[in-house]
Amino acid sequence: MPEITGLVQNRFSDTNLVFTTADQVINWARKSSLWPMTFGLACCAIEMMATGASRYDWDRFGMIPRGTPRQSDLMIVAGTVTLKMATRLKRLYEQMPEPKYVISMGSCANNGGPYWRQGYHVLKGVDEVVPVDVYVPGCPPRPEALLYGVMKLQEKIQEDRVLRRKGDTLGSLAGAQMAPEATR
Amino acid sequence: MDASAIHQRLSAQFGERITAFQGEVAQPWAVVAAEAIADVAAFCKSDPELAFDNLMCLSAVDYPKETPPRMEVVYHLWSYPHSHLFVLKAMLPRESPSLPTVENVWGVANWHEREAYDLFGITFTGHSDMRRILLPDDWIGHPLRKDWVDPDFYNGLHVKPTPQMAERFMAGEKIGIGPFDFTPPNRHVDED
Repeated sequence: MPEITGLVQNRFSDTNLVFTTADQVINWARKSSLWPMTFGLACCAIEMMATGASRYDWDRFGMIPRGTPRQSDLMIVAGTVTLKMATRLKRLYEQMPEPKYVISMGSCANNGGPYWRQGYHVLKGVDEVVPVDVYVPGCPPRPEALLYGVMKLQEKIQEDRVLRRKGDTLGSLAGAQMAPEATR
Repeated sequence: MDASAIHQRLSAQFGERITAFQGEVAQPWAVVAAEAIADVAAFCKSDPELAFDNLMCLSAVDYPKETPPRMEVVYHLWSYPHSHLFVLKAMLPRESPSLPTVENVWGVANWHEREAYDLFGITFTGHSDMRRILLPDDWIGHPLRKDWVDPDFYNGLHVKPTPQMAERFMAGEKIGIGPFDFTPPNRHVDED
């Protein structure tokens, strides 16, 4: 066994032991199994499906699309939100259990997109009805862009405070990589 | 049958209720008096020479600048047995446009007529279910009319562009244009 020079290593006789913070573990669990609700509204949904399919494969992030809001952590609003749909969208969001996150995917969901001026029936940004965590630009965004948005959301979840009071962030301690020489 | 033969057959049956005909276009059309449209439609379907068994499309057009201002309901008919096409038009006054339904002839007209009612405000007398089909039930007005003006709000949601977006547009920013446009959110601010 190689010599390990970490802070707490080799101080315990039982090696099957991990030291961490509760926030770190809880946030890690949350961000590693984001179950998105299937919320495809328009052409962005095609890109979202492509993101879920074998080439980009968001199952790598533990993301499994669910058909019901009650089993979902994440709502990816993929496409044009009409005013008629906006009320349904809000209700579905309210049916999701906490903690819940929203990714606004594409220009239409961000700000109305091409309908921002003339569309009498289009919601001018999904942030009018639900709080959005990550905005993904594009018309539609490529799967890489959506995956980047998911990774941004994971970073945001990692900074969540579950047990800690608000204050200084733990920063590098939560979600930080160990120094390379200590990773073995 | 070609277009003029179809027109002659309709004229022989209905006389002056077929008021105009244009056969020199890709989709030849005839104008039918609005109150006779249900009879003409029934004849078009049942007559073995015409046999228009398919209503391909029922749409409406608004012409506010014509004299007098009018609306048209346009029926695109197709015959599978004879592979011929014909278009019927009915002209309506722009104030309180109304005409008989053809739902009993072609069942598909049910939803099409509801759509015309929803977006143009044309009522179809005798229709079994004259409700809105696309817009919310509590929507006010008929937005595909040329004199439609966006309301400011629908149930508290912006219908017109938000002031923030309008301001940025006036400043020369291109909003909603191009695949990589990203105009940041309008009004979502952190309360913390």
